[in-house]
Amino acid sequence: MGDNYLAKESQPDGMRGSSGTREMPHSEMNGSSNRRQEQHVVVAECRDGLLRQVSLEAIAAARGCMADGDKLAVLLLCGDGAEASAAAEQLARRAPDEVIAIDHPVLGRYAPDTHLAAVLAAAKALAPEARWWWLGHTAIGRDLAPRLAARLGAGQVSDALAAARGGDGRIELARALHAGKALERRAFLPGDTAIVTVRPNNFAPAEPIAGAAAPIRRVPFDPPPSRIFVRDVVRRASGTVDLAEARIIVAGGRGVKSAAGFAPLAELAALLGGAVGASRGACDAGYCDYALQIGQTGKTVTPDLYIACGISGAVQHLAGMSRSRVIVAINKDPEAPIFGVADYGIVGDLFEVVPAFIAELSGEY
Amino acid sequence: MNIAVLIKSVVATDESVTVSGGEIEDTEAKRVINPYDEYGLEEALRWKESFGGTVTVIGAGADRAAEALRTALAMGADEALLIRVDERSVDEHATAKLIASAISQRRFEVAWAGHMSVDNGAGQVAIRVAELLGWPHAGAVVACELTDDGKLLVTRDAEGDSEDWELTLPAMLTAQQGLNEPRYPALAGIMKAKRKPLTELTPELLGVDLAGEEASPRTERLGCETPPARPAGRKLAGTAKEQAAELLGLLRGEAQALKGRG
Ligand SMILES: Cc1cc2nc3c(=O)[nH]c(=O)nc-3n(C[C@H](O)[C@H](O)[C@H](O)COP(=O)(O)OP(=O)(O)OC[C@H]3O[C@@H](n4cnc5c(N)ncnc54)[C@H](O)[C@@H]3O)c2cc1C
Ligand SMILES: Nc1ncnc2c1ncn2[C@@H]1O[C@H](COP(=O)(O)O)[C@@H](O)[C@H]1O
Repeated sequence: MGDNYLAKESQPDGMRGSSGTREMPHSEMNGSSNRRQEQHVVVAECRDGLLRQVSLEAIAAARGCMADGDKLAVLLLCGDGAEASAAAEQLARRAPDEVIAIDHPVLGRYAPDTHLAAVLAAAKALAPEARWWWLGHTAIGRDLAPRLAARLGAGQVSDALAAARGGDGRIELARALHAGKALERRAFLPGDTAIVTVRPNNFAPAEPIAGAAAPIRRVPFDPPPSRIFVRDVVRRASGTVDLAEARIIVAGGRGVKSAAGFAPLAELAALLGGAVGASRGACDAGYCDYALQIGQTGKTVTPDLYIACGISGAVQHLAGMSRSRVIVAINKDPEAPIFGVADYGIVGDLFEVVPAFIAELSGEY
Repeated sequence: MNIAVLIKSVVATDESVTVSGGEIEDTEAKRVINPYDEYGLEEALRWKESFGGTVTVIGAGADRAAEALRTALAMGADEALLIRVDERSVDEHATAKLIASAISQRRFEVAWAGHMSVDNGAGQVAIRVAELLGWPHAGAVVACELTDDGKLLVTRDAEGDSEDWELTLPAMLTAQQGLNEPRYPALAGIMKAKRKPLTELTPELLGVDLAGEEASPRTERLGCETPPARPAGRKLAGTAKEQAAELLGLLRGEAQALKGRG
């Protein structure tokens, strides 16, 4: 494979639109011949048998930071063979060097002990030794990464919004502090093992690389006895689109007034191929499940389009959604703070505006 | 049951944060116990009330960390350990080394911490501590129960799914919103807290060398800044139908937010 994808993806493609983070300086790749080649590993994830979008984004983040001569392997942990092969092939077209697949029934359900052991089994199979680990900042990634970091004595940068090579050749990560009220840039100390989790929807997913697919290597795995027994997993999130990864979110607040009031929002979300979200006000009032809560103590989302209906826009809510690319606010109160972050504001009754918008949308098709 | 609870002092979420000269300004903004840590503390206090034992709160930081620990004592914790350190000189790795060392000097059956700290938002320290202690952990716990044969049954939140795990003690648990409704410190509690022990520890006393190979920070902050403000938006006028039609045009047109969808 040529290194043209490096040149292309070293653009800070993760920094989106007007709401994006600062542009970090990124120089040409550090190609000096005495530099040691470094091994990057992306830990990919499946959900319901499908490769997660955030895993492709993590590959893009890693590819954008690689220097000449660096290697990138993608690690896929799966619970059954069928899933592994479909996802592994998708990854093989995007991983420059190899895909490592570990396939074992215990990996079908996440538990820190077994997943960590599988990652360490993969680490052993890698040469040179992995220097960079990239994971999605997902339920699994945010749980597994710190355990891996502590085991390896490594640094970790959590929930990265952007990644790029700085002028001195070091990889710099941008991340939010105080739920987005400030941004920081962090770097690892030279030579140390480094772990990064990337926030979903902030990097453009990796495109396939022209040429032959990378080889898929199956690494045998003998799970250790786990101190954790997973008794049950219950799907609570409604809808088919994962909130953290959704490109469009229709969110409701206390202004939606009841659980039934969420119906038009769900209809609009379905029409747009998006997901339904909520403010804490709506969750506290029992209109919807806490799984849908967006904000400081809920999920942080960065969709292309966020439509806030009957949400006042408290700072704790803004913390979870104000980096969305386009924000629409529908609220009866012209003074509602949500209008301060909205690109398009509609002062009005959501029970009139949402159905009118649905009618416009369906009229067009 | 002897329980450790990690407590971090954070700027309250409704306070503003300002950046100047590449660093976050150190202001007199109102501070609170990290909300997630508060859920963990509440759960620990309820366990103590049901099963007996002690609750020891542990914090790494300076005077503000001590204040948060005092508040925790006022809520009902028995004892506090303050690891005195300049928080700006440590990262999650170094902080976890300090806290793990403090925990390992005593006998605890369980530790509670927060799912993440609302200022740093990393979600690392508690899970790192579990690994350093060789304990299992369950993250983002929303319900928890102790069985008669000494096992923990937890329900955890995993991006909207809910997972039921069984785990052995000792264990680290991190609290997610929904676990409980934390109590307020009562006036009597505040008075009593003044007489409860707050022991100061230092990295040296804990045998942690923050400049050495083992525990020194692995990452460094290069700088901070304020995120760019969003440009002022536009309000749409007219009837609901007119507003809806204009919105659709804008989303399809200049905003390019409905590309290939509909
Ligand atoms: C530590 C902490 C953490 C928190 N974390 C979160 C969090 O993660 N997420 C979160 O969302 N909140 C969080 N909050 C709560 C937050 O402060 C607000 O209380 C909450 O966001 C308010 O929800 P709301 O906007 O739905 O309700 P409200 O503030 O009551 O607003 C309802 C809005 O609906 C409008 N409205 C009413 N009827 C209509 C109608 N028919 N059509 C159009 N508009 C209408 C009203 O004008 C009003 O603006 C947190 C608070 C604290 C202290
Ligand atoms: N300085 C600290 N003192 C005590 N506990 C801490 C400290 N930093 C982090 N923690 C604990 O670790 C959790 C996760 O923190 P963080 O990794 O910063 O998101 C917090 O909710 C606390 O319970």
